Amino acid sequence: MSSMPQPRTGVIHDIGYQRYEGPRLGRGYAARSLYVHSVRSSFGLGRSAWAKVLPIGLLGMASIASLILVVINTQLPEPVLDYAGIASTFTYAATVFVAIVAPELVSVDLRTNLLQLYLSRPIRRSDYALAKLAALATATFVLFAVPMLIMFAGMAFSTDDGIAGVFDELGGLCVGLLAAVVHAALLAAIALPLASLSGRRVFASGIIIAVFLLTAPVSAALEAFSYDSAAGHLAGLIDPSRLLAGVDQWLFGVDLRLVNVGGFGAVYGLLTVVLIVAGTACALWRYRKVKS
Amino acid sequence: MPWNTAGQYRRRVPLIETRALQKRYDNAVTALADLTVTIEPGVVGLVGVNGAGKSTLIKLALGLLEPTGGSIRVLDLDPVRDAEKVRARVGYMPEHDCLPPDMIAAEFVTHMARISGLPAAMARDRASETLRHVGLYEERYRRIGGYSTGMKQRVKLAQALVHDPELLLLDEPTNGLDPAGRRAMLDLVHRIGTEFGISVVVCSHLLGEIERICTSLVAIDAGRLLRSATLDSMTQVRDLVVVEVDEDVNKLAAALTATGLDVRRHEDRALLVQADSDAVYDTIRDTVADLDLALHRVERQRHQVADLFRDLPRTEEETRVVNATA
Repeated sequence: MSSMPQPRTGVIHDIGYQRYEGPRLGRGYAARSLYVHSVRSSFGLGRSAWAKVLPIGLLGMASIASLILVVINTQLPEPVLDYAGIASTFTYAATVFVAIVAPELVSVDLRTNLLQLYLSRPIRRSDYALAKLAALATATFVLFAVPMLIMFAGMAFSTDDGIAGVFDELGGLCVGLLAAVVHAALLAAIALPLASLSGRRVFASGIIIAVFLLTAPVSAALEAFSYDSAAGHLAGLIDPSRLLAGVDQWLFGVDLRLVNVGGFGAVYGLLTVVLIVAGTACALWRYRKVKS
Repeated sequence: MPWNTAGQYRRRVPLIETRALQKRYDNAVTALADLTVTIEPGVVGLVGVNGAGKSTLIKLALGLLEPTGGSIRVLDLDPVRDAEKVRARVGYMPEHDCLPPDMIAAEFVTHMARISGLPAAMARDRASETLRHVGLYEERYRRIGGYSTGMKQRVKLAQALVHDPELLLLDEPTNGLDPAGRRAMLDLVHRIGTEFGISVVVCSHLLGEIERICTSLVAIDAGRLLRSATLDSMTQVRDLVVVEVDEDVNKLAAALTATGLDVRRHEDRALLVQADSDAVYDTIRDTVADLDLALHRVERQRHQVADLFRDLPRTEEETRVVNATA
């Protein structure tokens, strides 16, 4: 840290203990502070260099991928991937991201007993759970949004249709960001309650990765057995990544052949909402029970 | 002690007031059974052996646990119903490690100040100030993980103090410290209680250690109140000096008794002398010199919590021994 210029009086005045007479902002402010702090620490800000490597690295890789997409999209007559498509394809990177970040946000607090210090302050247990959940969702949203913004910047500058082309891209970006919100909310609502089960980061990451990885082959196998039947269309519900791809397909018409929802798009949408609500409820329940 | 008054503390309401307080955990362990005590402003030592219910009482005071019976009020508020208000005015330093190793101390204390409701700029100022008060000013931009145990304890104290609470709850603040570190920590707690004017409830299982910084003591055992009194009344009769000599203990006992001191036999070759004033030390020295005895040690008796369980004065047998030799 750089040292402040010291007044050259040569005397250190100990003014003694000063009582604090200023404002004391309540619970809402405290919860917001925890939220902001948690978003920052998701990317390792305010923490050691090692803590930045994985989250910033993932964000960097996603950004580079998006730059490459800009180049490919501008060279080909039809763009290969639009904004909502980014949401669908980057879901796998985002699952890795939440598996790294969620334990960082909640397991560490359990392990170091820091939770005890939070709970002895004006925030409530539910405030803690919601602030952490919101922080994880926000950080995950950033992971989706940054590549989309890069793509938007690249596409808007290289459009041949003038201002109309820019507005076209802007419309696409808005759709993409909407998809990013859905993806971030679901991934966070699944990962955070899982991470809060263990105080050990490695275990917490393992549980999250396991849920995402183990559901994928089951879902794929089910689909392979019954392709183009109702069961095949519904097979994607089991795997969170394909569930999200299904929602993208239903809402935004993204078809990357990750999943085939057939006429069941609304079921994908409904299950997504149910999972987000259930995940939030689980997180709240978990922190009502946790020992302080 | 000149500061042995509640006047300087901002409030005169009792810090903690319990009535038939009971806490039973789910697994049927009773941590507190029928505890009725009123803790007045000041530096209060909460003593008891490990498992006596000290930490449980602290957690009930913070509203982290709910009582299963009876009532507890903190700063005249209900810690469960008015949890937010109570916690904004109380600082808590837990017994065990609770710090994130990869955060910088100054940032961590600032963050905790904000969680207590201080605006960002004020939080930063007060974090630096508080770290200075606990003696970590130079090292405040280092990561907590690289701190020694003593420094970590100071950070724990700083985060409890940063929002200028009216009441500090310290759970075994000298845990894991070496003798010098213990002394420094206790001096700091003493300063907080006197110069800063913040009431402190400090838990310890070592009475001898905290008696010198406290204005009153509350002793609990097996979840019940054992004793509650100002320090003067509790330790008056306990201010004892151990005098150990090589031989002729009985002769020394007789000589000291003759000077009007209350003397009892202690261990094999030692005596316990009640010391009401510093002059007693002079008397002991002179008497030993007059009798030409080899003096091994003269030291103030260190009390343990266990001493509070014994009835005072000592056993009749000891008294008889002294009387017989007189």
